Amino acid sequence: MSSPIVKLVAQRIALGILLLLAVSVLIFAGTQILPGDVAQAILGQSATPESLANLREQLGLNQPAYIRYFHWLGGVLTGDLGTAMSSGQDIATSIKERLWNTLFLAFWAAIVAIPLAITLGLIAVRYRNGWVDKLISGVALASTSFPEFFIGYLLVFYFAVQHQWFPAISTVYDGMSLGERLQAIALPAAALTLVVLAHMMRMTRAAILNVMQSAYVETAELKGLSAAAVIRKHAFPNAIAPIINVVMLNLAYLVVGVVVVEVIFVYPGMGQYLVDHVTKRDVPVVQAVGLIFAAVYITLNIVADIAAIVANPRLRHPR
Amino acid sequence: MSNELDYLSRRVAAGKLSRRDFLGRAAALGVTATFANSLLSSAVRAAGPVKGGTLKAGLVGGESTNSLDPALFMTQVPFAFGKMWGELIVELSPDGKLENRIAEEIGSSDDAKVWTLKIRDGIEFHNGKTVTAEDVAATLERHSDEKSKSGALGYMKGIDTIKVNGKEVVLTLKEPNADLPYLLSDYHLIVQPNGGKDKADAGIGAGPYKVKVNEPGVRHGGERFANYWQGDKMGHADQIEIIVINDATARTAALQGGQVNMINRVEPKIVDLIKRVPGVTIRNHSGPGHYVFIMHCNTAPFDNNDLRMALKLAIDREEMLKKVLRGYGSLGNDFPINASYPLFTEIEQRKYDPDKAKFHYKKSGHDGAVLLRTSDVAFPGAVDASQLFQQSAAKAGIKIELKREPGDGYWNEVWNKQPFCASYWGGRSTQDQMYSTAYLSTADWNDTRFKRPDFDKMVLAARAELDEAKRKAMYHDMAVMVRDEGGLILPMFNQFIDATGPKVAGWVEDPHQELCNGYALAKCWLEA
Repeated sequence: MSSPIVKLVAQRIALGILLLLAVSVLIFAGTQILPGDVAQAILGQSATPESLANLREQLGLNQPAYIRYFHWLGGVLTGDLGTAMSSGQDIATSIKERLWNTLFLAFWAAIVAIPLAITLGLIAVRYRNGWVDKLISGVALASTSFPEFFIGYLLVFYFAVQHQWFPAISTVYDGMSLGERLQAIALPAAALTLVVLAHMMRMTRAAILNVMQSAYVETAELKGLSAAAVIRKHAFPNAIAPIINVVMLNLAYLVVGVVVVEVIFVYPGMGQYLVDHVTKRDVPVVQAVGLIFAAVYITLNIVADIAAIVANPRLRHPR
Repeated sequence: MSNELDYLSRRVAAGKLSRRDFLGRAAALGVTATFANSLLSSAVRAAGPVKGGTLKAGLVGGESTNSLDPALFMTQVPFAFGKMWGELIVELSPDGKLENRIAEEIGSSDDAKVWTLKIRDGIEFHNGKTVTAEDVAATLERHSDEKSKSGALGYMKGIDTIKVNGKEVVLTLKEPNADLPYLLSDYHLIVQPNGGKDKADAGIGAGPYKVKVNEPGVRHGGERFANYWQGDKMGHADQIEIIVINDATARTAALQGGQVNMINRVEPKIVDLIKRVPGVTIRNHSGPGHYVFIMHCNTAPFDNNDLRMALKLAIDREEMLKKVLRGYGSLGNDFPINASYPLFTEIEQRKYDPDKAKFHYKKSGHDGAVLLRTSDVAFPGAVDASQLFQQSAAKAGIKIELKREPGDGYWNEVWNKQPFCASYWGGRSTQDQMYSTAYLSTADWNDTRFKRPDFDKMVLAARAELDEAKRKAMYHDMAVMVRDEGGLILPMFNQFIDATGPKVAGWVEDPHQELCNGYALAKCWLEA
């Protein structure tokens, strides 16, 4: 590995950290702009001016906002996300298991969705403009166009209610075997797969088709290579950068965009946790979850950038 | 005829005839569905409960913030799970009477001020210790302490001293209260070892199931307690599980898909669809809960009884019951009590009468529109109900202006603050509790601002009266007063609508709370 790569990677990571800091400022500011403060939210109906003042003192709300921001940020950096207002429980502990559940679901959805999307994309290119291509594109676009709650309910109706092959609710808990867990998450994973499939598939198709116009592919064809071999050996490696990008974007979506799917399938993940606490105006939890979602998004984007750079020599030497 | 019915019901109990077919044949024999149903359940009960298996319930009303400390119970899931692992001092039986549980006998002094609870022998906690009078006393002490933040604190504050005398617990009240045993049936008052003073959320009680899994907001599981003192009556399944499903559609799908055997809170608008699903039985029962429109009796223009009466007469209760509750409820009569309360007496039903409403409206001298605030969270279908009210009132020449308030903050900003709004009440277990919570001049939740010293006196007098007939007459007079002079417009009482899946037997209709007053998982069993 040459040093320009290391430098580029370091730059990207530094940029990502800076971006994350900016996001944390935004999240903090956003929750400050909301009317009322945490003390008022905690006391609710029984708030008297005196008890409000006491609680503000106790929570350190009398300090200026920037000091509170750094205090909060310091806590986050040391793994202390604070305590939830509604239950008084430590947020980091409650989030740990939920985050794991969300990642578990995203992981299995990705395991199915990414190879499937890329394979379908490749097949579509191989038979471009034929009926196979049109069928694949049509079905994938249709499944993406439906909102995920609709797809979720359709899957529940068909696979859980009518045929009872999979459970309608995806409760997972400790002590479940991997097989049981996989069966439990089959429907939400399928719903997520259907939602992200088309984007990746279309991108794969477009990127490879783009490469297929180039002279060296023509040369390869003239050499007498079969269509499949041309795609595999020449077109795909050159098209990988944009594909990785779109895959990473969709991975990020699988983690942060599952809120609706988790609620429909009663899956104990981050999305459900967020919704539970938003309805109770539990600001510390909303802040923490927001920050984690932002971190996941930014991290995956950095990974995408770096992977693209590593995969494409042209990007390693920016002019 | 009855021989044939008997035969048929035994066949159903033996699983040879479906419930639906039975009802069809019973109807052919000219028997009403209600009677046929009750015949059926007695036949099934006679066949005897089936032991074993796992019963699962999918319930709304659980959050990641729930605790096993009974003092902090508020929503449906902790309530139902508490009934599984906990045992109460006394409970309300499905027919509205008192049923002694840990207390073997409850007696009082003639003035209803000193109460003695005799503790039953041989009841065991899950940790192997025997339930003693000391445990019961400690439980009551903990719930009377402000620090416990108990949901029962309101009534417990009325207890002056708690003493143990051998096997008896002696309670001395600050004021006489003939309803004390009813108050002790509060679901928060689960008897715990040393009253839960050592560890309030240990989840150790004397109920039919031991706590095995406790994942708040996700699921709760119990394992049959072998030494349960009434093992022949409750705790038939080996394992029970409550899965928290707050989304109504997911709950229904889970029942249809067979992941759970029972669910709570079926929405009235989909009941007719669910009913048609093979194997699913709707279990609806009227309870004390009611949907209301409340006027502040001390705020203009509602400080005028003619205007209040005009509005009470201008609401079409029958239509509202049919359209908003789809018939799953009963007509309200502008006082908060119905047949689910002990000592209830019928009063003539108030009907929609535009002409009379017009007369009272004119007499009140009010002019212009009346502002009614409403919201989706007031009760399911509240906005529709408000619009129906607006239309029926318009026919009587009364103009109601609707203001739709955001659900967020409705209970802080609108209810109990604004003079006229939609709301709901879950009801209480006794008339005294209901009137004390919302109709005494001094009550915090007097949401109709009904402040009448004469009424307050009647509440206190009735509370101290031990003679049932006299008490019944007093409650009748109080009801008439609220109905004719109060600020409450009560168009309908709602029903609990639960549903069970295939093969669930042993369901007992209970007017006090949903899911057989929370005992469904312990009282039901799965037919072979």
